[in-house]
This record gives sequence, structure tokens and C-alpha cells, in this order.
Amino acid sequence: MHHLIEEARLANGRTIAIGMGTEASAASRRAGSLKKLARRRSTTALLLCAPLIVLIVGLKLYPTFYAIFLSMLDRKMEHFVGLDNFAFLLTRHSFQLVIFQSCLFAITAVVMKALIGFIVAHLMHNIRGRNQRIWRGLLLVPWVIPLALSTLTWWWLFDPSYSALNWTLNWLGFESIPFLGTTWNARIAVIAVNVWFGAPFFMIMYLAALKSVPEQLYEAAAIDGATAWQKLRFITLPMMRNIILITMLYSLIVTFADFDIVRILTNGGPQDSTHLFATYAFNVGIESGNIPRGASVSLFMFPVLATLAFFVLRDVLKRSREVST
Amino acid sequence: MTTAMASSDTIPRKAKVGSLERQRRWALGGSYAALSVFVVIFLVPPFYMIVTSLKSSAEISAQQGSPWIPQNPTLDNFIYLATNAQFQRYFLNSVWVTGLVVILSMTIAILAAFSLSRMGFKGSQVISTGVFLTYLVPPSLLFIPLFQIVGALGLINNTWVLVLLFPTLAVPFCTWLMIGYFSSIPKELDEAALIDGANYLQILLKVFIPVAMPGIIAATIFAFTVGWGAFLYPLAYLYSADQAVLTVGIVRELIRGDVFAWGTIMAACVMAAAPPILIYTFLMDYYVAGLTAGATKG
Amino acid sequence: MAQVTLRKVVKKYDEVLAVRGIDLDIVDKEFIVLVGPSGCGKSTTLRMIAGLEEISDGDIAIGGDVVNDVPPKDRDIAMVFQNYALYPHMNVYENMSFGLKLKRTPKDEIERRVKQAAQILDITELLDRKPKQLSGGQRQRVAMGRAIVRDPKVFLFDEPLSNLDAKLRVQMRTEIKKVHQKVRTTTVYVTHDQVEAMTLADRVVVMNAGLIEQVGSPNDLYHSPATKFVAGFIGSPAMNFIACRVEQAAGALRLRLSDTLSFPVPADRTTRYTPHVGKPNLLLGLRPEHIIETRPHIEPNQHDFEILIDVVEPMGMETLVYFTIEGTEVCGRVNPNAGATAEKPMKLRADLSNMHLIDDSTGKVL
Repeated sequence: MHHLIEEARLANGRTIAIGMGTEASAASRRAGSLKKLARRRSTTALLLCAPLIVLIVGLKLYPTFYAIFLSMLDRKMEHFVGLDNFAFLLTRHSFQLVIFQSCLFAITAVVMKALIGFIVAHLMHNIRGRNQRIWRGLLLVPWVIPLALSTLTWWWLFDPSYSALNWTLNWLGFESIPFLGTTWNARIAVIAVNVWFGAPFFMIMYLAALKSVPEQLYEAAAIDGATAWQKLRFITLPMMRNIILITMLYSLIVTFADFDIVRILTNGGPQDSTHLFATYAFNVGIESGNIPRGASVSLFMFPVLATLAFFVLRDVLKRSREVST
Repeated sequence: MTTAMASSDTIPRKAKVGSLERQRRWALGGSYAALSVFVVIFLVPPFYMIVTSLKSSAEISAQQGSPWIPQNPTLDNFIYLATNAQFQRYFLNSVWVTGLVVILSMTIAILAAFSLSRMGFKGSQVISTGVFLTYLVPPSLLFIPLFQIVGALGLINNTWVLVLLFPTLAVPFCTWLMIGYFSSIPKELDEAALIDGANYLQILLKVFIPVAMPGIIAATIFAFTVGWGAFLYPLAYLYSADQAVLTVGIVRELIRGDVFAWGTIMAACVMAAAPPILIYTFLMDYYVAGLTAGATKG
Repeated sequence: MAQVTLRKVVKKYDEVLAVRGIDLDIVDKEFIVLVGPSGCGKSTTLRMIAGLEEISDGDIAIGGDVVNDVPPKDRDIAMVFQNYALYPHMNVYENMSFGLKLKRTPKDEIERRVKQAAQILDITELLDRKPKQLSGGQRQRVAMGRAIVRDPKVFLFDEPLSNLDAKLRVQMRTEIKKVHQKVRTTTVYVTHDQVEAMTLADRVVVMNAGLIEQVGSPNDLYHSPATKFVAGFIGSPAMNFIACRVEQAAGALRLRLSDTLSFPVPADRTTRYTPHVGKPNLLLGLRPEHIIETRPHIEPNQHDFEILIDVVEPMGMETLVYFTIEGTEVCGRVNPNAGATAEKPMKLRADLSNMHLIDDSTGKVL
């Protein structure tokens, strides 16, 4: 039986003992078992996290480092060749095209998606009540259909001989367009499909952000004398700045690393003009069997993705800190 | 003295500057018009997908009249696919892979989110940030080293490889989503349950999961969508028809050489797109909630 | 001249009538308060004056000009919102100067006006802070500063103090009154708190269910309410309404409250109340401060009675006593030393010189 005897210091400096008798022993037993519970808690907590950590470390972190290692091997994966793979790629015209196309694709597509998403979100915001749900439901459809399948449909719509789009153009009196036949047409087509697919996502995010701007701010601005444009410039855009940035950054990451669209529509053609890092890496690494070189292609994305990810992370952390204060 | 009444009945009017009501109606009408244009553009491909799926190969190659309307609509393509053993294989593979992946992903995500949001322990913040960070690592960066790893595990051309890999696509976001929902549950609920005598497992099952159900549904839908529509990993690691899932199966197998049976391909796409569309139609609010969690919860 | 006139103003939302036809003349430089319970239409009326709501029918004129179709920015008004509506991404100076900047006012003019307003409101040190760094009271002052800077014809306040705690509310009330005395602009102020209405207003407009019940000075509304609603709304604790009958006995009128309780009607009211002898649905309206403890010297029209006290609420300065007459709870205000005890009978004095007789079927004060 424990006795917990506490000493209290009185104002005149004397100390007296406060014995709590049986209450003390119960308290100390409780304290002991609480400590055990606390220790058990953090082990339980870690155990609960374990599957997540194993998954991430094993299938995301480890492969990343493994890729770096792989990229520095020769084709047969027997000797270490340092940065030769990277140097070789940079000399190849087809790879230079990949760098150009990936940047063009990502930046153009994201800007278009943001613009269209922003405009449509504003239009949606004007429609109140239940009708808005119906329109929103219809406008989100491109995002819901699995990308590979809708890309197939686009391929069929672009088909050189059977294109329904060309039929419509002809019907209106215009010439047929070889959508995937020339370099620049193909580039535009690929960007267009990505914009078609991704704009609904931007629309949804921007609509949510628009709704979070208090209506009274607009009323105060109306009294202050702001026109619609001024309201947009001085209230809507500043209030939405964070969301606009974060969505664009996130989309840049995802668009930069896109695979499905180019693979299915053009597989990089015509003449390697539409290859992205992902599809080129697939060609080089898996189809041609040169794993190390394929790994190097993928890794070229890493610096850009890392920089973008850094900015996204910083912004998200800053906002979660703001919310909690 | 209390008065309220006026001396005159009407006030002399100045000329009307411009009716606010009319301006507002113009703006609304314009919005509807512009939105209709967008809706048409957004829905053209799915519409055309359905239209083509109702055409026979003969009609497609004949190219008579408008391609936007099926001249002799037929369900033959669908019947052919429904009775085709290979397509059935694709569909079944997609179903069981996605089902397992969803269960696996949600379990991992919920347990981890519960631990990270409630049992604050040293390093939980690091892990949470790390989880979010890995969400930003795209599959196209990892598929080459994974090819080696998968090969070493002997899982090349084995559908089970997807059950291993797909969770990496869904778990980070689902965990992050669940952390958000769990954190918004007031701590008083835990304390009330503790007083009632529940242990942590019971708190999770009886309090957290029911209260955070909207978040769980949203995350489950996300995991399903990602798993069902994934294309790169299956394309890279699965080669035989009986191991393939719908996305690769349709793209790779049904297109043989130069003979494009587009009616059948589109019908296959319609059937493959049906489950996500159905889920979306009935659970649209949860779908949207999953997407916008970032916008509102920060 | 900045008078505001409302003529037969109606506001309809789909099929619901929020404001059902009100007429009001607000005089230049007046501080008028619209007061009433939630849903009575006071905020809607204010927003129609501001131009934030469409006017379904009727006319509103500011400074003599009809403004029905004039957008808010051209009405020469300024508004202080309940939630302040400060632009969160701008600092105080930018918040206050936003309207002037849009009108392309020259920079030195803007600076002069902002500094002047900041001085009146004592917020000069806050000019470069952002709203989230300010306390509730400070934000309220910035919102008022933004209104003052515009130098409008009319100030509109929409329940500006509702978000502040009780102590701060009292403080800000005085601030608002001081500002009005300095700036002397016509002000229309909306609140649900009748204490705010009484302390701030030159005239009070009591609204209920989309209609104006009564307009008048605070004193008039307090001492001469025209309807039961106004009588019960103004004053705290609220006026007592006790069912009664007017009886005639030996040429004099009596008010009968129960089998055992009746009072003689004050002499100056005899002619006024004679027509209502025997009428049903009559109420005696008596404010709690006119039900007091017995004192050595009794005045005319004061009558003593004994009753069982149910509940006693000591308020420090006075004690509130609650008792029941024929099922109605009645409140009285007695001296804290009068010995009021719960569940014990007590002798009380009713002062009928300020009584009101109300017809419950019409709600009118007779």
C-alpha cells in the first residue's frame, strides 16, 4: 500500500504534511495505470499508423530512391554509369521535344482549365437553389468518366476517316481538319482533351471558394460604389487568391505527369511531337526494355514536381495554421 | 405626439434611371445561355459514346447521314459484350480488384487517420505532412522502378499486383480526407464515450465512424473511382487478356490491327463507365464533398 | 436636405409579404430607430432604403428624389452591417478609403477625410492594421468610420451591436450617440433591443409582422402606447396584462380582476371607460414599477392588496416579485428591504394613475 504524503509550504515558511491516506493510494494506483495506458496509447497509435507507413515507404519512398539508383546504371543493369543516361537524353532531339511539349502541355492546359473553371463557376454562382445542383451535376460529367475511356471516345471523334467533328465542319461548309495528323494539331488536340477533362474540377473548387465569400462584402462594395468588374478585382480575386493558386499548383503537378491522354490519342506522335515525360519513359523503359534510361526520363520530372510540391505544401500548412489560431 | 401618416399620397417622380430588375434578369438569362454552351461541349463525348454504341459496324462504315444520330439503333454490341467471355473476364477483374482495393485502402486510411488525428503522439505531425506530400508523387514517376520491384516479387502479369499497388493511389488522399473529418469531431464526444466506459476501438467503431460517415462515403467513392479508372499501372504490368482489367482490356485487346469495331468499343466504354456514373448520380453530394475538402477545410 | 420618405412600401418574397405597406416620414438630421421582434420586417425595410432589396410596391424617396430604381452607390447612403463587412484583405485605411478610391477622389482629399473620421472615432492608431487584428468594438468603429468618410445623406445601421457582449454594447451605444451629435446626419437604425431603441432614438418606430404599430418619441411610446404590442414590447420587465372587467357600482366604475380583487377606476378615466362597461376580453395594463410595496403615505389612485408571492428575484437596487392573479403571472418591483419572501403572502400597492385599459380582441389601448 502506497501512501502519498504531500508537503505544503505555509505562508510563514512552515511545512505541514497532508496525508491523504487511502485516497492517496487509490490516486497513485490510478496515476500508475494511467501512465501505462499512456504508453500503451502511443504504441497503439503507432501500430494503427503502421500499415500506412509501410505502404508509403515501401511503394512510394523506396521506389523513388530506387529510381535514382536505377537511372545511373547501364542498359544491362550491370555497371554503374553515373549521369551518362541523363547526358545522353539531353542530346537527343526527341527528348528535347519531350521537355518542350511537357512544359507547353502543362502550362497551357492548366491556364485554360483555371480560366474556364473560373468563368463557369461564376456563371453557376448566379443560379440559385436547386437548379444549381442540376447544372453542376451535368458539368462535372467529364471528370467522372474514367479518363482512358473518354480519351478513346475523343480518339474516335478525331478519327481521320470517320470523325463526326469533321462531318459537322463539312456540313457547316468548312474543310476537314486532320486533328491528330500534324504536329501542332495533335498538340492542340491533346491539350484540348486535358482541358475538357480537368475544367470541371477547377469549376467545383472555385464554386466552393466563391460561396465562401460573405455576401455582405459585396453589399458593402455596392454601397461603396463598385461596379461588377471592380467587385471582381478588389473582393473576389483577393479572397480567392489562395484557392486559385493551390488548385493551379496541384493541377500543374498532375498535368505535368499525365499519361493516359497522350498514350491513347497519339502515343507521342506524330514524330515524337506530343510525347510527355510519362509516355516517353514508358516507350523507352518498358516497351524498348531500357529500364535505366526510362528511369532517367521519369526523374527529369522530379525537380519540377518537387518545387511545385514545396509551394503547395507551404501554402496548405500556412492555411491550416491560420485556421487553428 | 405620435404621428405616422403623410400629408401627401404620392411623391413627385424623377425619370427612371434604369430598372434594376431588368438588369438582373438579363444577367441571369445570359448566364443560362453561356452555361448551356458549356454543357453541350462537356457532354458531346459521352453523348457520342452512347450514340456510337448503338450502331452496327455496317452502319459505321457506311457513313450515311449524320453520325450524331443512330439510323438503325441496335443493342447488338451490348449483347455481344455481355456474352463475350473475355469482356466478362475484364469486368470481373475490375470488380474484384476495385472492391478489395477499396476495402484495403479505407481500412488503412481510417486506422491511420484515427491515430493521427486523435492520439497525438510525437511525430504525428511529421507523418501527416508526409502523407500529404506523397499524395503529390505521381504514378508516372514510380512505374519504372516499380516494374523492377514487381518483377522481383514475381507479380508481373498477375492481377494481384494491382491490389498491391492501387492503395498507393488512394490511401494518401483518403487518409488526409479522414484526418480532416475526424479532427472536426468535438473532443467532448470522446470524453463522453470514455465516461460511458468505451475503449478506443469501440470509440472508433461506435462514435467516429458513424459521425464521420459523410467523409467515409466521400473517401470510399474516391478510392473506387481511382481504382476503377487506373490505366498506367495495369498497362505496364499486365499482359494477358485474362489478367487485364477493363481500362487496359478495352484499349488494348478490342483494337486489333486496323479493324476497329468502334460500335463494340464504345459499347464497352459505356458499360465500363456505367459504375462510376451510377455512383456519381446517386451520391453526387458526397462526390463533390470529397473533391472540395481541400477548398473548404484547407 | 436629407429627409427620407416611405410611401405604401411593400416587400414580397414569392407569396410571403415581409413588409405589408408602410408609410413613414423621416426628418432631416433625425435619429430614428426601427425596432421589433425577429421577422417583423425592419431589416428588410432598411435594406430597401439602401437599395439592397427590390421594392415590390410603393415608393422610397431620399432628399426628395424617388430612389426605387437607383442603385445603392448613387443613393448617397452609407451602411453599417451587423457583421461589420470589413474587407479582410485590406487594412483599416484601405477599408475606409475604398469607396472614395472607386470614385477617383484625389489622394490628399482621401487622406484628409479618413484622418478626420478616424479622429472622431478614436481609431487613428489602428489605420494600418488588418481587420483580423482588431477586437469587436474596434471593428465596429472602423465600420462606422467607413460610413462617415463617405459623408452621405443618410446613415443606415443594421443591428450593429448584436455581435458584441453586453458591456461593450452599452459602451458602443454611447459612442454612436456621440458620433451622431457631432456629425448630425440623418440616421436610420435597426435593432431588436428595445433598450437600444429607447436610449438612442429621437423617434422610435415599432414594427410587427410587416406593419408599423406606432411611431413616436421614446417617452410617448413608454407612457402612451397605442396598442397592446407596443405596450408589451417597450419597457423591461414587460408590462403586466391582467384580464379584467369594468363594472358599474353605485355610479362609480371598478376594475374587477378576480372574485376577491378589484380596484376603483381613477376618477379622470371614468368618462373614458364608461362605454366599455361589461365588455369581454379586456386587459388591465400595468407596468411592474406601478406595483410596489406599501409605504406610510398613500397617494390618490393607489390601492393596497394582499397576495401570495410565488417567486422573488433580488436585483440589488430593487426586488422583483412574481405572483398570480387568476392564472396570469404578474410582476411587481418592490424595495429590497420590504421583506418579500417566496411562498408567503405580502401586502402590495397598485398605482393606477398610469394604468392602461386594453381591448384584447383588437389589441388597441382604450
